Amino acid sequence: MSLHPFAIELLQLSLLLGLAPAFAGWVKVLKCRVQGRTAAGILQPYRDIRRLFGKDIVLAENASWIFRFTPYLTFGVTVIAAGIIPLVSVDLPLSATADVIALVMLFGLIRFFTALAGMDIGTAFGGMGSSREMTIASLAEPAMLMAIFTVSLASNSTSLTQMVSVMAHAEFVIRPSLAFALAAFILIALAETGRIPVDNPATHLELTMIHEAMILEYSGRHLALIEWAGMMKLALFFALGISAFCPWGISPGGEIGTLALALVMLAVKLMVGALVMVLIETGLAKMRIFRLPEYLGSAFLLATLGMIAFFILE
Amino acid sequence: MAPPLDIAGFSVLLLLALALLAPLLRSVRTLQIPLAFSLGAAASLAAVIAGVITVADGSVASATLTLGIPGLPFHIRLDPLAGFFLVVIGLVGFFVSIYSIGYVKGYGGVRSITQMICFYSLFLAGMLLVVLADDAYFFLVAWELMAAASYFLVMYEDERAENRRAAFLYLLIAHVGAIAILLAFGVMAGQSGRGGFDGYTFDAMRTAHLSSGWAAAAFFLAFFGFAAKAGVIPLHVWLPEAHPVAPSNISALMSGVMIKTSIYGICRFAFDFIKEFPWWWGCVVLALGLISAVMGVLYALMQHDLKRLLAYHSVENIGIILIGLGLSMIFASFHLPTLAALALVAALYHTLNHAMFKGLLFMGAGAVLHATHERNMEEMGGLIHRLPWTAALFLIGCVSISALPPFNGFVSEWLTFQAFLLSPALPHPLLKLLIPLGAALLALTGALAAACFVKVYGVVFLGQWRGHQKPERIHEVGPSMLGGMLLTALTCFLLGIFPTWVIAWLDTIPKQLCGGRLAESAGKFGWMWLTPLSHERASYSGPVVFIGILAVVAVTWLLLHLRATRVGRVPIWDCGFAKLTPRMQYTASAFSMPIRRVLGFLFAVREQVEIVPQTNHPAMPGTLQYRLRIRDRFWNWLYEPQGDAAYWIARQVGKLQQGRIQIYLLYSFVTLIVLLVFLG
Repeated sequence: MSLHPFAIELLQLSLLLGLAPAFAGWVKVLKCRVQGRTAAGILQPYRDIRRLFGKDIVLAENASWIFRFTPYLTFGVTVIAAGIIPLVSVDLPLSATADVIALVMLFGLIRFFTALAGMDIGTAFGGMGSSREMTIASLAEPAMLMAIFTVSLASNSTSLTQMVSVMAHAEFVIRPSLAFALAAFILIALAETGRIPVDNPATHLELTMIHEAMILEYSGRHLALIEWAGMMKLALFFALGISAFCPWGISPGGEIGTLALALVMLAVKLMVGALVMVLIETGLAKMRIFRLPEYLGSAFLLATLGMIAFFILE
Repeated sequence: MAPPLDIAGFSVLLLLALALLAPLLRSVRTLQIPLAFSLGAAASLAAVIAGVITVADGSVASATLTLGIPGLPFHIRLDPLAGFFLVVIGLVGFFVSIYSIGYVKGYGGVRSITQMICFYSLFLAGMLLVVLADDAYFFLVAWELMAAASYFLVMYEDERAENRRAAFLYLLIAHVGAIAILLAFGVMAGQSGRGGFDGYTFDAMRTAHLSSGWAAAAFFLAFFGFAAKAGVIPLHVWLPEAHPVAPSNISALMSGVMIKTSIYGICRFAFDFIKEFPWWWGCVVLALGLISAVMGVLYALMQHDLKRLLAYHSVENIGIILIGLGLSMIFASFHLPTLAALALVAALYHTLNHAMFKGLLFMGAGAVLHATHERNMEEMGGLIHRLPWTAALFLIGCVSISALPPFNGFVSEWLTFQAFLLSPALPHPLLKLLIPLGAALLALTGALAAACFVKVYGVVFLGQWRGHQKPERIHEVGPSMLGGMLLTALTCFLLGIFPTWVIAWLDTIPKQLCGGRLAESAGKFGWMWLTPLSHERASYSGPVVFIGILAVVAVTWLLLHLRATRVGRVPIWDCGFAKLTPRMQYTASAFSMPIRRVLGFLFAVREQVEIVPQTNHPAMPGTLQYRLRIRDRFWNWLYEPQGDAAYWIARQVGKLQQGRIQIYLLYSFVTLIVLLVFLG
């Protein structure tokens, strides 16, 4: 028995919408444990979101429609992206909507509007966050695309479903090009999702905020949408890494059995991935902002090495 | 329906007639502006119709005029490539003409409107004739008409020294370029094997068989000449000087379309005249494109003059177009027609897209200028509250130029990325390796452009007003200006949502120029899905992205508004300190500071911080002055030495002038003797 592609699409979307907070909670719990603190539990993000949805909104006097529109756009684009990346099955009706380049640009659209919203109120914090975020993004994006292009060259495609199918069916050998690209991807994903050592999601100290500085003025349901979308984005970057670098287990069709296996595999991969991220975050300190070009430059170098290795060795 | 060539001819004649009749229209003072620019819009629309039909049919029509010089009558020809550029010129001409009805009114009583109308129509006519010309002589006449008309338009507000200087620089570089193009035509004609003036027709150049050395000489002379017009780095210095000082409707035309005529010229030379070329030509074009793209956007980021910033972005986008052209030439030289077609379509698509969004942005900058009388971004802010419609339309331009879906800039950059990733098909190992690295530079360009437009929009339209005049005195611009911008923004949107139709329409051009076709594979799954080569390789659907995002946003909004919540408006939170002032906001210079720190080695940056102590407490700082000066390095490296050399030679020659009649008589006598010696 197999599920209709639309049913799988719906399943994937609701999974991601529903379980992204749990994943974010899992990351937080792990982080607390590793750092020897008591955790608030996996369900804390749900409680946070519910509380924020229940609250009234406080807007600055000169906030324009851009400020009010951005949370909805952020949420909308993230949901569409969630429908594109193959999580459990490659047979998704939405997956042909955008290839991996378009996906990166969709995240760029979110960043563009978030940065605009940061500048909308006219406080120094917002501008500072926007300026830093756009600087980091402009250095991170070339490295991001280079890492992904290495996989694209290996699979002769930029379409995610095709990349997954080709990579999942290739026999398992350690390919130096992919190893370099994966290393670069991890560095960049930390930057793109605003984790240590690039940004600190838990800080509200003016010298260290980047993403938080842009959304400092948000409240109520606006903030809830942004937070929720942020949790989905974190999960989606893991999903993107999984589909590009270790797609084994993703169901080729819609059979119930393979889907169930895919779900289990996904959960395991996400948990292990989160552990790796937490260890990196705990082991490293946040970098000074002007050290970041070196960090992102080395990511770019690794990605370039991956591409060169692909042409020379494979 | 009349044949397209006749429609195009009608369009040109209408514009020329308008230029002649402009002085007569002066008597109907109130109607002069609307009448003249409506006629300009009608002529532009005729050019669009002619171009659309020609490209769709893939038809070629030519005619010989009875004008011209003895032995070389003017030839005109309309093929799909020319038709495409007619559409680009005509569309922007149409939108800008509508916009101008409102914009030019601002000059009423201050400046000669007749002069503006006259040169405006000559400028449009010149651009149309450049793409229609079918012999070297007529081409150069049209080219010079375009250059001269735009020179006078740049000089329009000639009481300011900077405008005169910019116009002079523009004219100088335009002519250096024109000489190179003339020489290129000379090489082609000399090698075409036909005697007399016959060699100067484009027909003769198409059939000429050039040796590889002469072909390279002709192409690179022409490329140099066209690059000077397009503002390719390092020949770009005139562009950020001349485009900003022209009236904004003219800036839109110059940045949106005039520089595109050189893309036309390069396509004509490479794909139509020479056809067979070695791969390294494409590499040169690609390398210069990459340099222009990256340096152009970096220089743009450093600007705080709105129009100057936009002008630097034209350098960037010409770079992106050249990247596509260069890739296309590389693929064509290895006889990979489909891949060459993909890269060529990407380049042409970006040409059209850039014309639209840059036209829109310059018109928006003109509206801001019109409303605030200010070009310096550091004196603006919060205009979204004063100019709501302009702000919304300008935002569409910003999103488009930042290559973000679902707008048009994204589609052409995406196609260029796809072309980059096809490099493994090349038989040359080094190219295979190096070309994908170019894709990283293109990604860098796109990301920096997004950063730059966050800065532009954030500083100009968001936040609070920073200027000296009262913001209450700023009012939204009139309906014709908004109408022109609205139509352009709509085109940006449609070009982003329906790329398959555009590619299907464009298909005759790559078919004719490089023998490959794209439409069949690109539209295989219907108009909703763009699949450039195959659906397994890559796919994108503008409509689904747009409708999907819209649907999720709408549903979320409705769900969250089921329950009434209170939206409170409060003053900005100032952390409990003294009241925040608009001066405390991030400025344009502050916004780009991290990038200036990281990539500053590419510019000549000079920062000075001076702390003036208080008079009564010398230990306490009173005021702090920050001076920032950023110069184009190319100016110091390339242009200043040349200028110095010219002055030095002039001074040396000047020594001959003694001002005494005896010395001059001696010169004449010596010259006579020397001549006699030589003749004898």
